[in-house]
Amino acid sequence: MLTSAFSLTRLRAQFIKEVLSTLRDPRSRLVVFVPPIMQLLVFAFAATLEVRNVDIAIYNQDAGRWSHELVQRLDSADFITQVRRVDRQRQLHALIDRGEVIAALSIPVDFSRAIAAGDSGQAQVLVDGRRSNSGQITVAYLSTIAAEVGAEVVPDAQTPTPVVVRHWFNPNLIYRWFIVPGLSGILALFSALIITSLSISRERELGTFDQLLVSPTSTPEIIISKSLPALAIGTLLGLFMIGAGVFLFRIPFTGSFGLLLASLVLFIASVVGIGLMISAVSMTQQQAILGAFAIGVPAVLMSGFATPVENMPVYLQWLAQAIPLTHFLIIVEGSFLKAMPPADILASLWPLALIALVSLTMATFFVRGRLQ
Amino acid sequence: MSGENSSRRADRASAENVRRFDPQRLWALVIKESLQALRDPSTLLIAFVLPVVLLLLFAYAVSLDAKDVRTGVVIESPGASAQELAAAFSATRFLDVHVAHDRREVADKLVSGALRGYVVIPQDFEQRLAQHASEPLVQIITDGSYPNTASYVENYASGVVQTWRDGLDVTTPAQPIVLEPRYWYNPELESRRSLIPGAIAIIMTIIGTMLTALVVAREWERGTMEAVLSTPASVVEILIGKLLPYFVLGMLSTLSAAALAVFVFGVPMRGSVAALLLLSAVFMVPALGQGLLISSLARNQFLAAQIALFSGFLPAFMLSDFLYEIEAMPAPIRAITWAVPARYFVVSLKTVFLAGDIWAVFLPNLAAMAAIGTLFFIIAKRATRKNLE
Repeated sequence: MLTSAFSLTRLRAQFIKEVLSTLRDPRSRLVVFVPPIMQLLVFAFAATLEVRNVDIAIYNQDAGRWSHELVQRLDSADFITQVRRVDRQRQLHALIDRGEVIAALSIPVDFSRAIAAGDSGQAQVLVDGRRSNSGQITVAYLSTIAAEVGAEVVPDAQTPTPVVVRHWFNPNLIYRWFIVPGLSGILALFSALIITSLSISRERELGTFDQLLVSPTSTPEIIISKSLPALAIGTLLGLFMIGAGVFLFRIPFTGSFGLLLASLVLFIASVVGIGLMISAVSMTQQQAILGAFAIGVPAVLMSGFATPVENMPVYLQWLAQAIPLTHFLIIVEGSFLKAMPPADILASLWPLALIALVSLTMATFFVRGRLQ
Repeated sequence: MSGENSSRRADRASAENVRRFDPQRLWALVIKESLQALRDPSTLLIAFVLPVVLLLLFAYAVSLDAKDVRTGVVIESPGASAQELAAAFSATRFLDVHVAHDRREVADKLVSGALRGYVVIPQDFEQRLAQHASEPLVQIITDGSYPNTASYVENYASGVVQTWRDGLDVTTPAQPIVLEPRYWYNPELESRRSLIPGAIAIIMTIIGTMLTALVVAREWERGTMEAVLSTPASVVEILIGKLLPYFVLGMLSTLSAAALAVFVFGVPMRGSVAALLLLSAVFMVPALGQGLLISSLARNQFLAAQIALFSGFLPAFMLSDFLYEIEAMPAPIRAITWAVPARYFVVSLKTVFLAGDIWAVFLPNLAAMAAIGTLFFIIAKRATRKNLE
């Protein structure tokens, strides 16, 4: 029966054809797998919100002991490459203007005298507000150093530290432990999204879609065969990068691998559904790629990867719940570091399943609309 | 033999005559390419809709300024001071405080992500407070799987405790050294003010590199590039004809994004519009050059899109000082960033918006962008010529 709605032989043939059309070209094979992995390696080290290797300028008008002590400590501070001593206030301004130093300390004449008299020695710190986040971190580092010098001024009156801080799951707050699991989701998302969004639009642009229409292939077969290669490639990429996180970056993996795998498949499936919708409404490959981009970039920005979801306004937080990456990020971060129990994983897994169901169903309607 | 040679030479001479630069032909090409670009709704989507969406997101969604961080306060001590400290926590606007009486209640919430950290006011809090001992007063636990949020919780929570205790104890001696920070160019410390100028660099990269790579790759894929190249128009005319509409599109998009940034999102414009235009125009050289290079190497849209994504967009986002500081990266990655045109543009944009026309910043960056752009064009032209032979 050629006219049956569903045939495994036909599906298999269609599937092989789709895999071949994506991976036949050796350059395509290369471009599907190599750049995401290279990006993971580069960005894992690039994405850091710490402050390191900065220059600081100092205009020290004080000849006393305490400013000397302060400057010496800055000289040996790890995060500073060079302390630039200048002898005019205007030079401080120029160095900040040109972006050569992130902060500039101006120590007044009476600095040590004030401290010796039991008062506070006040030093002004000019900070480059173009780098607002690192500027604040630099000020925090500088304040710690100032407090250390201050502790030497009155050694007996040891004020006890009022708090003790413990960071769970990542005691040294290594940013890479956060970035690598997240990147594995983002890079797999972009790969799967671009592959599926091109799947139908390429056939249409090249004119082979009409051939597909007159063939005995049914709509469900077309959709399954168009989504499976991207699902397989996206899942493989994701797994590979999760593996790199565990074995290469040595990030502790404490959760359940089975649940993470299930989440990864559902996550890629929902991305594939979105990709198919884009593909169905696009007339050309260019439209498909740009459409994928116009959806993918805002989705990544709102997913909680760049900055936490809770920093956003409430209505954007609701919107973020519709983004599959938001839920996958919670699961993948939780599975790596937090030994997240199944109940908590499921709390993010069911929205993922729901999004996958909705996006794939809508994709079926979109594609069917195109077929008729 | 020699006759054959000379006739071939004559052919070549006439071919070169035909391929001489002709402004009229160039104009015709520009019109043709512009119409082709504007007819496609996806061009307009990328040039005008996506920038607005991105700016909106950078203004409202991507915020490094943490507020209302969900934090638990566990009151194990029954004393009045413990209640006062808990009230001090509830009063801060940076933390969204959830009060509990048993630390087991909140520990699970940390795992599920319902809380980002919690503070424990221990049972013997009143004694510790009275004794002035070196024992810490409270314990702060954070969710280290989100390192940035964890440091916020640490800083704000210990700040609250410190301030509260200083308020109790008027006899505490003054801090020996006090630093008075003054943030130039951005005294309100709004992260959006430094993010939005950088976002323009991302938008220009998308238009310059991504869009051009796709458009030219499509011509190669469909075989129409060969058809255009076989016409009397020279390679240079064809390339200028192709790129000029996208150059104009990129500049228009920059101007509208800048207007949006200044008039809607309240980003100051301390430099001159002329400097902004000059910087943007020079940045378009490497951006378009990269797009052209990608398309002439890839020659199909799928490859071009993937390469543009991984060599254009993502580096502009991650390796440009836009969100992550280049100085803090390890040396090999700092070396890679020298080849990312966006890094020179991001710092210039932040300066022209927030600081003013500081030519000591602009000139080296302009030179670097122009140099990288020229290099891209030379390689792209060579690749195009090779393709034809």
